[in-house]
Amino acid sequence: MESNKHFIVGIFEDEDVLLKAVENSRDKGVKIHEVYSPFPVHGLDEALGYKRSRLPIAAFLFGMTGTSLALLMQFWMLGYDWPMIIGGKNHASLPPFVPVTFELTVLLAAFGMVGTFFIVSDMKPYKYPRQFDLRSTDDKHVMAIDLANNKLSKDELASILKSNGASEVNEKNF
Amino acid sequence: MMIADEKYIFKPETQRKLFILIGVGILLLVLGIVLSNMGGHAEEKHAADEIAKSLVASAEKPAEHAAEAGHEGAGEHHGAGPVWLQRVFSSLWHNNIFFAGIGIIGLFFISIQYAAQAGWSAPIKRIPLAMGHWIPFAGILTLIIWFVVKGHVFHWTHADLYAEGEHGDAILKGKGAYFYWPMAVGSFPIFYVLRMVVFFGLWYWFFTWIKKEMLAEDVDGSQQHWFTARKISAYFLVVFAVSSSVAAWDWVMSIDPHWFSTMFGWYVFASWWVTGLATITLIVVNLKGAGYMKMVTQNHLHDLGKFVFAFSVFWTYIWFCQFMLIYYSNLPEETIYFVQRMRTSPYAWIFYANVFLNFVLPFLLLMTRDAKRQMSMLKVVCPIVIVGHWFDFYNMVTPGTMKGNGGVGFIEIGLALIFMGLFLYVVLNALSKLQLVAKHHPFMEESLHHHI
Repeated sequence: MESNKHFIVGIFEDEDVLLKAVENSRDKGVKIHEVYSPFPVHGLDEALGYKRSRLPIAAFLFGMTGTSLALLMQFWMLGYDWPMIIGGKNHASLPPFVPVTFELTVLLAAFGMVGTFFIVSDMKPYKYPRQFDLRSTDDKHVMAIDLANNKLSKDELASILKSNGASEVNEKNF
Repeated sequence: MMIADEKYIFKPETQRKLFILIGVGILLLVLGIVLSNMGGHAEEKHAADEIAKSLVASAEKPAEHAAEAGHEGAGEHHGAGPVWLQRVFSSLWHNNIFFAGIGIIGLFFISIQYAAQAGWSAPIKRIPLAMGHWIPFAGILTLIIWFVVKGHVFHWTHADLYAEGEHGDAILKGKGAYFYWPMAVGSFPIFYVLRMVVFFGLWYWFFTWIKKEMLAEDVDGSQQHWFTARKISAYFLVVFAVSSSVAAWDWVMSIDPHWFSTMFGWYVFASWWVTGLATITLIVVNLKGAGYMKMVTQNHLHDLGKFVFAFSVFWTYIWFCQFMLIYYSNLPEETIYFVQRMRTSPYAWIFYANVFLNFVLPFLLLMTRDAKRQMSMLKVVCPIVIVGHWFDFYNMVTPGTMKGNGGVGFIEIGLALIFMGLFLYVVLNALSKLQLVAKHHPFMEESLHHHI
């Protein structure tokens, strides 16, 4: 099978070594594709230079959509389209609408957030994810470097990884 | 890492500022009393009558019903004494309960941290501990103030309500045992006073016990103190769960003795709790601003901000639950509570401001991560929450005691400043006598690396 994506994959045993390796490699101009670890490593996002996620902003906007939809729906249904007297209250009054508004706000914020997360993380149905090394789900930290994004050669990258404490350096083609 | 011995220095300038605060409070109080004696009196009475008329007109049946059941009209026969005196008494009780709550929350916060085995809070635990020093003062003040103001604040203390036959109040006769047991209704409310003494006694006892363990840890560094403190905390949380609820019925709900709400224990607790959290946060932020507690980073502030944010929402949830239940069932003896608060001045604007100050503002201002991590934003939101909940308690207490004669003026603000000055003096004085940061706390190392 012809492959067109070439990666150098470094395997790390320890998260402190990994953190140092990420920082040192980036200092040397290495562009890291992604790091996989079996558990959350504190400080890894900062070391990789990731910007903060904008997911909370999306969540707020989805939530506001839910609030407006819920209020519009209820005022239109009970105040205009089909007014009903319930418990002797006004047709359109705010207090009984609050629980529904709250629920729809939460529902749309949650669904919107999950959907947005799947889309931006490129997690489509039937998409088989790239596995750089299956041991990243067990006990190894895995750093993947895309050769096409780096000016350094395969050997130079391998030696940088080795000198920063990688226990193995492999090649992976997709 | 060793923690350096750090102590808060209660500077004479700070003390002088607090004395000035108390002085200004006394001045405002006196000014308020003088002003209401100089002609303000008649106008207030007139206004009260107008309000009473509009209340009856607008509320129609519910108000009439309540007036029958509880003879709670504005021209109440028990409201003996001038208006200014009633205002002073009502405000005394309001401020006392508000600040007592903040003190007790200091102890409650520490217990939560131990029971949850929280690591992040290790460097800031001495601030709630210092706040707990208000508990004995609050206990003594509550007892004294209760006996002084009872006839003006607590309608149910009037013996003639329990008269035989048609002259008595049927509802209060039914509830009388809750106050007077085992003595005859209308005599001395021994059960009620006993609860007050027992609650403050228990809280103070738990406070001294947990404080002893926390300070002993500084000296010998044994981890056993932490485990003992956790055990004490677990006991205290059980005791507090019951006592805080009953205290809320006794001290706040019994001001409107014909009315009841099953949410009320939670409501008062939620208000106390979020006020206490805002107070802890504000003291931490100010200490850090003054150069103390270098180990408290943005990450710790973030957690404190999350507490204030989350429990502002929690308070709103409880507030709405109480309102919603009463609104929907529409029983006159329950709705009268909200009719008083939503249709009469000055309670109506406070009622809506309450939701705005305690929900809308903290919710929007503290929503983002950056806002919770910045001292400047916390310095804005925490005072808003504290003042907001002061008004929250105002609206729990005053409509029941003052009816149409209530107001927020020099008397109320003056007494609030006096209580604030006394509270801060006791707390800061206690803080200056403690190590500012625990020395051998087993979670200190974890907290220094706290990262969120």
